[in-house]
Amino acid sequence: MEGQVSTRTKVLHALMIVVLTIVLLLFIAPFILVVINVFKTKADINTEPLALIGKHGFTLDNFPRAMEKMNFFTVFGNSVVITVSATILTILFSAMCAYVIVRNPSWRFGGAVFALMVASMVIPFQVLMVPLVSVYGGLLNVLNSRITLILMHTGFSVSLAVFMFHGAIKTNIPNELEEAASIDGCSKWRTFWTIVFPLLKPTVATVAIIDAMAFWNDYLLPSLVLGRRELYTIPIATQIFYGTYSNDIGLIMAALLLAMLPILILYLFLQRYIVEGVTSGAVKG
Amino acid sequence: MKQNKLSYKISQFLMFGGPATILFFAVVILPFFYGLYLTFTSWDGVSAKKPFVGLDNYKAAIADTAYWQSLGRTFVYSVISVVLVNIVAFLLAYMVTSGIKGQNFFRAGFFIPNLIGGIVLGYVWKFVFNRAFVAIAEAATQSEHASLLSTPNGAMFCLILVSVWQYAGYMMLIYVAGFMSVDQSLKEAAMIDGCNKGKAMWHVVIPLMRASFVQCIFLSTTRCFMVYDLNLSLTKGEPFNQSVLAAMHVYNQAFVYKNYGTGQAEALVLFIVCAVIGMLQVYFGKKGEVAA
Repeated sequence: MEGQVSTRTKVLHALMIVVLTIVLLLFIAPFILVVINVFKTKADINTEPLALIGKHGFTLDNFPRAMEKMNFFTVFGNSVVITVSATILTILFSAMCAYVIVRNPSWRFGGAVFALMVASMVIPFQVLMVPLVSVYGGLLNVLNSRITLILMHTGFSVSLAVFMFHGAIKTNIPNELEEAASIDGCSKWRTFWTIVFPLLKPTVATVAIIDAMAFWNDYLLPSLVLGRRELYTIPIATQIFYGTYSNDIGLIMAALLLAMLPILILYLFLQRYIVEGVTSGAVKG
Repeated sequence: MKQNKLSYKISQFLMFGGPATILFFAVVILPFFYGLYLTFTSWDGVSAKKPFVGLDNYKAAIADTAYWQSLGRTFVYSVISVVLVNIVAFLLAYMVTSGIKGQNFFRAGFFIPNLIGGIVLGYVWKFVFNRAFVAIAEAATQSEHASLLSTPNGAMFCLILVSVWQYAGYMMLIYVAGFMSVDQSLKEAAMIDGCNKGKAMWHVVIPLMRASFVQCIFLSTTRCFMVYDLNLSLTKGEPFNQSVLAAMHVYNQAFVYKNYGTGQAEALVLFIVCAVIGMLQVYFGKKGEVAA
């Protein structure tokens, strides 16, 4: 009996591994197709998109041409600067804001700001994009600047981040620690940075992963804010590039691979943290 | 006591909460109300003048059949995608939590599509549909084939396929967390009481995973209803504007046709849909807490 069950389980497990492997191959097939075509000439991609190597053989030509035409290093640099700055600002500002709200539950405006932030999470970006362009483009004329985009990214993401830090501080950080520090003459500001913030590391990691991925991949907001070529981020550059060179499919393949490569390489190293961060973020949010 | 003074409270709050609150108000709250004002004007996007036009934008939005068609299309697209995403995600989650070898490898693998933004994914799939699928179909049937993207229904099918492919891995992670939170001893107890595996799953595990279902269904619904990037890169609304989804219609109305007021009025309808979805989620989430 015992032996039978375990054989059945073994067969079932083997079957599941086969099914999962097939599904996984189908899942990554689009990426594999890009990789095999990026090393072919334009003519070979058009005639035999599925062949591993085209008639004209292996070529690396597509990369330097795509890099140059896409302005890859500038665009990549913009994406990095914008993503990193906005993520750091979101973490610092949200943790601070959540702290003052949690520790002073009797302050009416703190509660009101928190309620507004939670409620605002249902507002779709489409409702805000026209007024944003109208106010910041028309009235204040501060578009076409990386700093504006960084601050806007931060403003849009603080509500979810404050919500997550709020939960973490409320449930995980005992008030006694801060009281002890306060008796020792430590100011609120120092207490927060030396005692509370270091204890928030897991939430910081979750917020960092969720927001960095969102900022890196965002297209709509950056496309409305950044209108000049030298300010483009990777998604905008990809979109413009496709429109301009859609006939040169070899170039397109190289551009798409370049657009995906940085985050895929990062995933290779941070895979465990990213999967964990996304899961805990989704479950809490 | 200086700590009870209003000025102390305000300065403390601003010191910690000021930056987040100011940015949040500047990009969310202020534009939201300014947007309401814009729906009563006929702003052209350039001039400083914003002539007041009363309810004209709302009338134009109601009369805009293309908009209501795009909403209907979005509705159909979302329902089909959400159902398929959740079925695929649940099955994957079941398999990657069943104790097989390489569970973590599979989990990480299925999540890959979520790392990459809709614009890039859309172009990758455009290549797959236009070249690879066509090449496979032609090799299989030895005759000429057009791309799926060239017909209205084909384009919608492509949008659904790519959405399912993208979101399934993400929702799978939430279902995995749900499976892991279910106490195994409850399932074992049910099986000792004579349930088979299927019954234990249906009557014990799935009800306990209610929160995961609520979460995944609402998250995928909001994502699908608001999709824009993928729509832009994969189909661009073509052929003949037959694959324009609601978010793209709103964008085009405002920024392509320069009817900012009407576009904003139409965006408000999207807001109402989102608010209703959000309230339903809170309602079902709360109800689940009581039942569990």
